[in-house]
Amino acid sequence: MKTLGVILLAAMLTDNFVLSKFMGICPFLGVSKKIDSAAGMGVAVTFVMLCATCVTYPIHHGILVPNGLEYFDTVVFILVIALFVQLVETAMKKTIPSLYKSLGVYLPLITTNCAVLGVTVLNIDNNYSFVQSLVNALGGGLGFMLSLVIFSGVRKKMEYADIPETFKGVPATLVAASIVSVSFMGFSGLFN
Amino acid sequence: MADKKNSLASELTKGIIKENPTLVMLLGMCPTLAVTTQAMNGIGMGLATTFVLLGSNIVVSALRKVIPDKVRIPAFIVIIASFVTLIGFLLEGFVPSLYDSLGIYLTLITVNCIIFGRAEMFASKNNVIASACDAIGMGIGFTLALFIMGSIREILGAGQWMGMNIPVMHDNPMLLFIMPAGGFFTLGCIIAAVNKLKNKKPPQEIECGSCDKCPMSDKCSSKEDKS
Repeated sequence: MKTLGVILLAAMLTDNFVLSKFMGICPFLGVSKKIDSAAGMGVAVTFVMLCATCVTYPIHHGILVPNGLEYFDTVVFILVIALFVQLVETAMKKTIPSLYKSLGVYLPLITTNCAVLGVTVLNIDNNYSFVQSLVNALGGGLGFMLSLVIFSGVRKKMEYADIPETFKGVPATLVAASIVSVSFMGFSGLFN
Repeated sequence: MADKKNSLASELTKGIIKENPTLVMLLGMCPTLAVTTQAMNGIGMGLATTFVLLGSNIVVSALRKVIPDKVRIPAFIVIIASFVTLIGFLLEGFVPSLYDSLGIYLTLITVNCIIFGRAEMFASKNNVIASACDAIGMGIGFTLALFIMGSIREILGAGQWMGMNIPVMHDNPMLLFIMPAGGFFTLGCIIAAVNKLKNKKPPQEIECGSCDKCPMSDKCSSKEDKS
């Protein structure tokens, strides 16, 4: 059994959702222009991940497994996630309208963020206990925020760079992401 | 009638090159990057996604008058998730090796923006046949993009292609290309190449006059200049 600390750090660094599992690339490329919105997005995703794990874990082990309905996992999980995203959206609109505006369309798109569905499914696949699942979700969310914030710094610098015409925009962003990803490869083998 | 046939054919072909979902519209990045360490996986993922896309487009389009506008998003998600569950069972039963190598990314087809995007943008507004054509075209375009990505990464990163060894490359593979960083890099270069090709056809813009008849008018840059 892995200890909780290892799960937390592994989800944050070695198995970073964005840079080594390729989950949540859309917001990673879309919202990482400014550090503020990157951090806001990170917090929102972490919150949704934690809530979704809190609810999907009991549903899977308490309702679906005893009735032999494990194959409903995907359908049920995605509905739970959609519900929480709606909740975050409403709450943020009331409390932090400026952040709500700067996240724009990417806020409702958290529903279709692979990282959120990914973390709930991975928790079940890895047979984590409830506490381990929560820690894994927390680590995944923090890792997502970390990569978003770091990458927004890189993009800020890139605005001043002289990039060839064909590489402007998305291609240059992807190549920069590749270099950031190389730096995260330095963490691999940390916990073996 | 000829017109109708024409439009069906264009629904079918637009997804392959002009509106290629991955390389031009930049949708569905996660599976594009994650499963393309091998060309074979790329094809498998592409075909699985095409199946889900076809199923969900047909059902969404058939039910487009029944589903109330306000609950359409949850309804679409449930339809898509059902088809993903279905393809999961089919692959597990008939192609277990592919099922194992796609792993969690098979479940994640549910949240692939391409499928949701086509349901929202196309299938909920068009009839069943047009939606099916659209799904097949988009699916082929997606599969093609994954296949190209997978081929490049497999040849450069492992020195193999579809299981065959490539003479020189096999002795000294560039491991970086099958690692996550190589995925980002390859995709960046492919999109840059597509941009290069797209920006390469300027001469016709000068002599084009009748924008109403032009199929490209909504995307044409010279039209914006005039208005």
